[in-house]
Amino acid sequence: MSMLLEIDELDIAFPTRRGTVHAAKAVSLSVSAGEVLGLVGESGAGKSTIGNAIIDLLEVPGRITSGSIRFMGEELRDFDADQMRGVRGKRIGMIFQDPQTSLNPLMTIGAQLVETIEKATTLRGRGADNHAVALLEQVGITEAVARLRAYPHQFSGGMRQRVVIALALAGEPDLIIADEPTTALDVSIQAQILDLIKSLCRERNLGVIIVTHDIGVIANIADRVAVMYRGEIVETGVVAQVLGAPKHAYTQSLIAAVPRADIKLNRFTSVDYIEGNTASFRRIDIQNHWLGKSQQHDHTGVAIDVDHLNLSFVLQKAVFKRNRRMLQAVSDVNFTVQQGETFGLVGESGSGKSTVARLIAGLYKPDSGQVHVFGQDINQNRKAPESSAARQALQMIFQDPYSSLNARMRVLDIVAEPIRFYRLTKSEQETRAIVSDLLEHVGLGAAAALKYPHEFSGGQRQRISIARALASRPRILICDEPTSALDVSVQATILNLLKDLQQELGLTMLFISHDLPVIRQMCDRVAIMRHGEICEVAEIDTFFDSPQHKYSKHLLDLMPSMNLLSTPTD
Amino acid sequence: MNHLDENPMTRWKRFKDNDIVWSFLSSPGAMIAAVVASVMILACIFAPMIAPFDPFDPAQISLWDGKLPPTWVDGGQSRYPLGTDNQGRDMFSTILYGGRLSILVGLAAVCLGMVLGVTLGVIAGYLGGVTDAVIMRLADVQLTIPGILLAILINGIGRAALPYELRDEFAIYVVILAIGLTDWPQFARVARGATLVETNKEYVQAARIIGLPSWLIMFRHIVPNTLRPILVIATIGLALAIISEATLSFLGQGIPPTTPSLGTLIRVGNDYLFSGLWWITLFPAVALIVLVFSVNLLGDWLRDALNPKLR
Repeated sequence: MSMLLEIDELDIAFPTRRGTVHAAKAVSLSVSAGEVLGLVGESGAGKSTIGNAIIDLLEVPGRITSGSIRFMGEELRDFDADQMRGVRGKRIGMIFQDPQTSLNPLMTIGAQLVETIEKATTLRGRGADNHAVALLEQVGITEAVARLRAYPHQFSGGMRQRVVIALALAGEPDLIIADEPTTALDVSIQAQILDLIKSLCRERNLGVIIVTHDIGVIANIADRVAVMYRGEIVETGVVAQVLGAPKHAYTQSLIAAVPRADIKLNRFTSVDYIEGNTASFRRIDIQNHWLGKSQQHDHTGVAIDVDHLNLSFVLQKAVFKRNRRMLQAVSDVNFTVQQGETFGLVGESGSGKSTVARLIAGLYKPDSGQVHVFGQDINQNRKAPESSAARQALQMIFQDPYSSLNARMRVLDIVAEPIRFYRLTKSEQETRAIVSDLLEHVGLGAAAALKYPHEFSGGQRQRISIARALASRPRILICDEPTSALDVSVQATILNLLKDLQQELGLTMLFISHDLPVIRQMCDRVAIMRHGEICEVAEIDTFFDSPQHKYSKHLLDLMPSMNLLSTPTD
Repeated sequence: MNHLDENPMTRWKRFKDNDIVWSFLSSPGAMIAAVVASVMILACIFAPMIAPFDPFDPAQISLWDGKLPPTWVDGGQSRYPLGTDNQGRDMFSTILYGGRLSILVGLAAVCLGMVLGVTLGVIAGYLGGVTDAVIMRLADVQLTIPGILLAILINGIGRAALPYELRDEFAIYVVILAIGLTDWPQFARVARGATLVETNKEYVQAARIIGLPSWLIMFRHIVPNTLRPILVIATIGLALAIISEATLSFLGQGIPPTTPSLGTLIRVGNDYLFSGLWWITLFPAVALIVLVFSVNLLGDWLRDALNPKLR
């Protein structure tokens, strides 16, 4: 096979006022025709920068400082801006992450396709139209002729991404660079898009570079994979070999951090490579600590009892009832969570799982139905002392570590807020001592107390969130997608922390996620939600081994297969 | 984890490292404006120490020295660098004292408008529903009336409510009230918008789950996070408030001539403009323009510096 693209010792630097950031250090890569190369790494690894550098679209002030990019024997770095325009979109096609923003909402699909075709080829008029139809058919869009007159907003996310792929194919490229092509899509659509890219690669003998953070995507589509870490390629090789028997320590811990759907592990092992060794912080004997002593209120019985819960949101307001448009976000939901168990709530986006969590937390009021926390109806008589006790007993950890902390408060004040508000301690000194113990225990160190949230990374912020949730000594923790905004390796350390805390404190957890492997690692029982309804409630192993509901089976089928991954030794 | 125990920065280094400070140090326009504005403001604050005369002290004023031109014009005296007004007051000293009054009124009015507007805006944004509708419709109604007319109205009502002998004494407070009450809808709109954004963030939900009461969430969590846009409109609002005060005084509705502000000086000078006594009106006007212009430049810079999209 001839080499389509060869990158040799590429260095990319971003000069900033705080010194130069080296986004790529001596990166060497090659792609041949008919091959899919996966470029995998976590956020900030520099993988997208490589993709942008190939097509000369580096963000200012980034520039290539040394190395070469040879495309079909020609040195791209010697090309001027005009020549690069001849390459970009014609000989090298691009697929971007978000199909919402990569199509012009004011132009029809047809107009956008024809524009690109006329730029890239000699076809004009009817010829270009026919070619547009042919392209749409190739990417699996039915009734292509009629679809040409449609606008992007009339397409679903997956359909839009197909159109973007058609646009990338319009110039008959030899190489396609796909930057996180499925990250913005639901799992069910992800699988289809990946299949499409792979089959196009085979049929047209294209070279494809897939830039992604998702090992599952790599396992499904790539032939070879290059693993990036902090601007360097630490390992390259055939997918089966790299994922099955990783050589570099980073690759090993990255793969160990990927949650597995096939077996339940106690903990994620050897994931210390990335965040450093958090165990170096003093672990306190939490059971005998203030934090471990449950409060004066005795909590017995069922932890959470959700009874015929209904909630609908008004989509369109109107004076007359019949003109209002409502969305039934939660419809007739029933389940109970026993003390000490971890209960999972799974569903795709828009299934109502987060709404249920907010109903239980008392952030929304249900239209009908009841939520009992330790036998106490949380919506009845909110001012009563029992209700306040029930509220202290229940805390929540949120999805987005960047918006869940008040940027204007010090970590100390954030974590101490519930303690101070409920006057749980006798003195400010005691409060401070508890906060610093708590910060040590979640792996941040007591020194963190005097800093502001912006000084921490996403994973560290999530630890602050956990510390805040624990400060009022809750018995129940609601985790709403606590790790979906984090890199896999960080996710693994946070999930480990949550598991440890649950065991030490005997917490009850309601764990919400769209990610089935994470659910399998974390939960004892699971409920599947779709369109606001619960389809199935089952023990975790029963669910994965023999799902009952049609939709559960469908979800399980869509999971990217991880057969290639090495089995970690527990 | 390593960056937690990296060498701690000194306070000064941290300050210099701050994005806003950096943006200031790399924007010559903002620096010049800041220097001009602070020189003027400081000169006005320390007017009693800097000014050669006290224009409010009748013992220092002599009508014989009235209507003298600036030093460099024929007939000018070196004692009065910018000439004197019709009553024989030194223009330079009067401008310093007048600027003092103008800045004081401007600051106080902006503070009043800001406190009122931010309070109402945050309440409207956080509580929503009927409260929101009532407060914001009130603001909309007020915005349909030109600001200066409304200020004249409030000022007129305020004066009429006071007994005659107290009118001059309390004129300054009435003007502050008039301008402050005219200003609040701007602040309320910005504060409400920022509140709507912040309320949907998860840290506010976390505070609600802790069980904090609404007023504490607004006061402790939301208000500090809405201050950036508020600061920008407050700076521009300061310039506008100084102009409003000058306009009111120019129209004879504001500060009385016995304790003149910049606007009052311009009005007094206006009567003598066609008699050839141009300096009485020109110098206060230039002082007003330079002050307002530099404050506006600072406001523009602040808006850009605090906008992450333009950085």
